[in-house]
Amino acid sequence: MATQLSNKENFLKGIIRENPVFVILLELCPTLGVTSSAINGMGMGMATLFVLVMSNAVISLVKNLIPDKVRIPAFIVIIASFVTVVQLLMAAYTPALNEQLGIFIPLIVVNCIVLGRAEAFASRNTLWASTLDGLGMGVGFTFALTLLGIIRELLGSLSIFGFKLIDADGMLVFVLAPGAFITLGFIIAVMAWMKRKKPIKH
Amino acid sequence: MEYLVIIISTIFINNIVLAKFLGICPFLGVSKNTTTAIGMGGAVIFVMTISTIMTYLVQHYVLIPLDIAYMQTVTYILVIAFLVQVVEIVLKKVSPDLYQALGVYLPLITTNCTILGVAILVIQNEFNLFQSVVFAIGNSVGFTLAIVIFSSLREQLDLADLPESMQGIPAALITASILSMAFMGFAGLV
Repeated sequence: MATQLSNKENFLKGIIRENPVFVILLELCPTLGVTSSAINGMGMGMATLFVLVMSNAVISLVKNLIPDKVRIPAFIVIIASFVTVVQLLMAAYTPALNEQLGIFIPLIVVNCIVLGRAEAFASRNTLWASTLDGLGMGVGFTFALTLLGIIRELLGSLSIFGFKLIDADGMLVFVLAPGAFITLGFIIAVMAWMKRKKPIKH
Repeated sequence: MEYLVIIISTIFINNIVLAKFLGICPFLGVSKNTTTAIGMGGAVIFVMTISTIMTYLVQHYVLIPLDIAYMQTVTYILVIAFLVQVVEIVLKKVSPDLYQALGVYLPLITTNCTILGVAILVIQNEFNLFQSVVFAIGNSVGFTLAIVIFSSLREQLDLADLPESMQGIPAALITASILSMAFMGFAGLV
């Protein structure tokens, strides 16, 4: 099944058709937690992208060496190692962003999408296909987070990526917790509405 | 008094689900009816309290003396996964009733980010052991409160006549948003 997909499809499916946030509804904690501004959303997306690609690649390489019974703990250790790498890199090179994202960086470990792709895709596909799959899912995730961040930042503080558009106060509630839930709710509703109007061809 | 402040602030003001966005997956996934929500909440209270004690001890008696605090994430997730397995086996033998009630939720808890999140927050906040336990209990009770309220709202939501695109998750998220606004009213309580 999945192995029959071409390279292009392996990459593209994560971006729209199987978008991890809007369609499969995974990884909602960081999605809601860090998207108070576009730049935070993008940073979180990039960090997850790195972990996804690296862990997918490594797992597809070692899949034949891991006994079936201990594969989940083994995957978790591989993922956790890459998360630690990201944590240390971000602490060293982007300390301000690291401060903003805080606890959500170590929590990439328990994000279902990374383990989900490892289990569902990388453990039974080749290195190249798994890397592309990780890349596509990561880009889809980054896209979703950046979009959510842009909307919330625009409504909440009337700015985009930190540039103030209008010198006035926005609707503060969109930067706070309730704004996250309501924005995501409406994005998913709009996507469901578009899907009903124009069914996506499979 | 200090402990009371921790309890109130973790349950109401900085509610782990509605203000800190941890544990959203079970919050949306296991909240279709009140009975399962209570079961999930019970399992979280149980596991979070034990796992916070364990990770606290691991941090202060293994990682810091060996000077390998950067291994925190890897170690914690292994301790939690191991602990959930042990709890499941022990519960099955010692208290079949409790296992009946919580059993199906236990495997789900390993990937529940509240558990790892609280374990890390305890270290970041530099709590002592007793404060950590109180913090864990407060947060898990806060989680249970949020998920139980939310599940009863969702049971009512099923009866509402909504536009087709809004049904299901979008309506649930907007309900969560209003619930979160209600919890914002607690700010300034302490």
